[in-house]
Amino acid sequence: MAAAPSSVADVADGLRAVGYLPSDATSLVAYLAAKLGKPVLVEGPAGVGKTELAKALARYLDRDLVRLQCYEGLDEAKALYEWNYRKQLLRIQAEGGDAGWDDVQGDIFGEEFLLQRPLMTAIAASDPVVLLIDEIDKTDQEFEAMLLELLSDFQISIPELGRVRARTQPVVLLTSNNSRELTEALKRRCLYLWLDYPSLEHELQIVRLHTPQLDDRVARRLVEVVAMVRDLDLKKPPSIAESIDWARALLLLGAQDIDRQTFVETLSIIVKHRTDLDVVAERVGVKLAARAA
Amino acid sequence: MRPGPPSGGGEPAASRRPALHASTPPAGGPPGLAARIVELGEELRGEGVAIGTSELLDAFAVLPEVSWTDPPAFREALAATLAKSQDDRRVFDLVFDRFFFRAAELQAVHEGIGEGGGIDAEGAELNLEALREAIAEALREGAEGRMRDLARLAIAAFGRRGEGSGVIGVDVQRIRRALGLRGEPQLDLPPSDARREGMPRDAVRRFEQLLRAELERAQIERTEALPPARPLNDLDRALPSGPLQDLAAVHRVVAQLKRRLKTQGHESRGRKRHAHVDFRATMRASLQTGGVPVQLKYRPTRPRRPEIFVLCDVSTSVTSASVFFLSVLHALHDSFRKMRSFVFIERISEVTDVFERERDFKAVSDAIGRDAGVADISGYTDYGRVWTEFRSLVEDELHPRATVIVLGDARTNGRDPRADVFAQVAQKAGRTFWLNPEPRLYWNYGDSVIASYERFCHAFECWTTQQLEDFVRALAQPVAQGR
Repeated sequence: MAAAPSSVADVADGLRAVGYLPSDATSLVAYLAAKLGKPVLVEGPAGVGKTELAKALARYLDRDLVRLQCYEGLDEAKALYEWNYRKQLLRIQAEGGDAGWDDVQGDIFGEEFLLQRPLMTAIAASDPVVLLIDEIDKTDQEFEAMLLELLSDFQISIPELGRVRARTQPVVLLTSNNSRELTEALKRRCLYLWLDYPSLEHELQIVRLHTPQLDDRVARRLVEVVAMVRDLDLKKPPSIAESIDWARALLLLGAQDIDRQTFVETLSIIVKHRTDLDVVAERVGVKLAARAA
Repeated sequence: MRPGPPSGGGEPAASRRPALHASTPPAGGPPGLAARIVELGEELRGEGVAIGTSELLDAFAVLPEVSWTDPPAFREALAATLAKSQDDRRVFDLVFDRFFFRAAELQAVHEGIGEGGGIDAEGAELNLEALREAIAEALREGAEGRMRDLARLAIAAFGRRGEGSGVIGVDVQRIRRALGLRGEPQLDLPPSDARREGMPRDAVRRFEQLLRAELERAQIERTEALPPARPLNDLDRALPSGPLQDLAAVHRVVAQLKRRLKTQGHESRGRKRHAHVDFRATMRASLQTGGVPVQLKYRPTRPRRPEIFVLCDVSTSVTSASVFFLSVLHALHDSFRKMRSFVFIERISEVTDVFERERDFKAVSDAIGRDAGVADISGYTDYGRVWTEFRSLVEDELHPRATVIVLGDARTNGRDPRADVFAQVAQKAGRTFWLNPEPRLYWNYGDSVIASYERFCHAFECWTTQQLEDFVRALAQPVAQGR
């Protein structure tokens, strides 16, 4: 297992080494999170690498990644723990009639009958993990409230068993697309990191990292066009992942330049709404043609 | 140049001395840093950022991890612990700059460090045209350090020409104009000029900030005293954004508005004043007491949803506000079942069915733009005609429980306002509201005739989301019976 990072530069280098190019703020906050053991709330538009940051951190720190994908209606049974009813029932039946009530009662509420869900897994793991709570804004406020105990004290209360304390300190990342305002109580327990679309140069580096064979000129053109597309009023602006996909596609097609023809043909890789397609083809396509002329 | 954050050394006699004094200085920081951080926290609270003790404790916890002599890291570390949303982060950046700028200046005044009038203006050869180009170049590249130096040069150059007004805001704009820094493309300039295609707005904004900071610094040095702190105004606070983000903000408020409207009107439920005995429920309850109706059951009083007529101006003079208006209209439609909407420019056109057909806001605004059939002959609003047509359309349906809401700027383009017809409409309806997207300051200037309508209705200025909320509160109040 990798040693705890000793400086911000360490974290930046480490993340870079596992294929994630962090901004200065990102590496600073990641360092603070690892150092202080505070959860980090990462907000930003879709597809700027919030989830990827957690994965990269796990790779860099050489820890397991435990992921809890949130959705509306997510409850304790899916996130924390559940009693394994079937097994409990079997246990009672196997016991037969001669066992006393006290024995069975004590038995069936043991750890053996506990089904661990992601949060519980992260707490109970013997080696420290990276816990990713993805899209926390999709859940209800009740679920947020339930997380508070976990985030501030790293413990979970189970009525039948008592408190389960974390054996090791996990690094916790919560991501949010800002579709709902999170409660103050949750924010208070977290460090805050806002991830935005990267600058031109930064994105160019990212694209180069993932498709080193792509011609430099094409790569630069690509990030310029993507930046142009993001400026339009779209339902879903292209994410970094889509820029990379596009770069791979262009590499596969052996494109030498992004002209109007190539752009229109490969457009559907970065834009995924019918109405958006029209807007982009019209606005950016025209600009490309003008450049070529 | 003096380092920005933070000022160490002997403490100036600060008027406010927070409770958490330098008794627990963060390891590695200079003495007094802890007190500074608490002061910063207080200033942030003053600007409306929710900062609890736990946030401050976090800030102290992270400080040993970063070097306080590295300004970007210092700022990011504090921001990660103190500012917990994007809006907060914006306020934080502004307050952070202001706070440490003032702290550094105060310290300089205290210790009698001066720069002797800033740059040596006499020695430097200040060719204005060369300076202009150098600045444009730096802005285009976004070179922060060079921008700062050039800002000082520019101030020196203009100071020598004796054009300073003494008011910092005015001077900043004068210098900017003289440098020809504009966001729009300036096609009359030669192609080699960096300004030809328009300067990046962010960079121009940043340059203005630098100018302001330098001018303030010079002023503090001259007077040897700090001017009173300027609180952030709404303009600073607002995100520098295109209409797109504004629209997102409107949608957010409108979403809140929907929620609030949904839960409103329930307060009056259960008031016994008009309660009718529910015979069936009473009989059912009487079975418990052997058929003797001991307990009377009443019909619950349902909240009365008002019937609403909305008129929305979509002419060019309110273009910027009509998106706002249409989304408000959209939200209202979701919440009130009995509602009829009209849009008007020169004549009136009913769009109720458009809203009922389409649930998506974008589709609605497209549909209204395309086929709502707004009779748009001249493109100028004719309020007199609109009232006459509106009256003939809905005259029979207006009654004392109806609410009429007008969204418009009351600019008649010199035509007859026909306030008498409006008065008749307002007379028949229970309540009449007017939402005006212009600040109250501009009312009744030029061709605005809001005063003649205001006598018959409640007029609200409505150009921020807060004002919109105030209006919703007024709207959701129970309808008074009669007038």
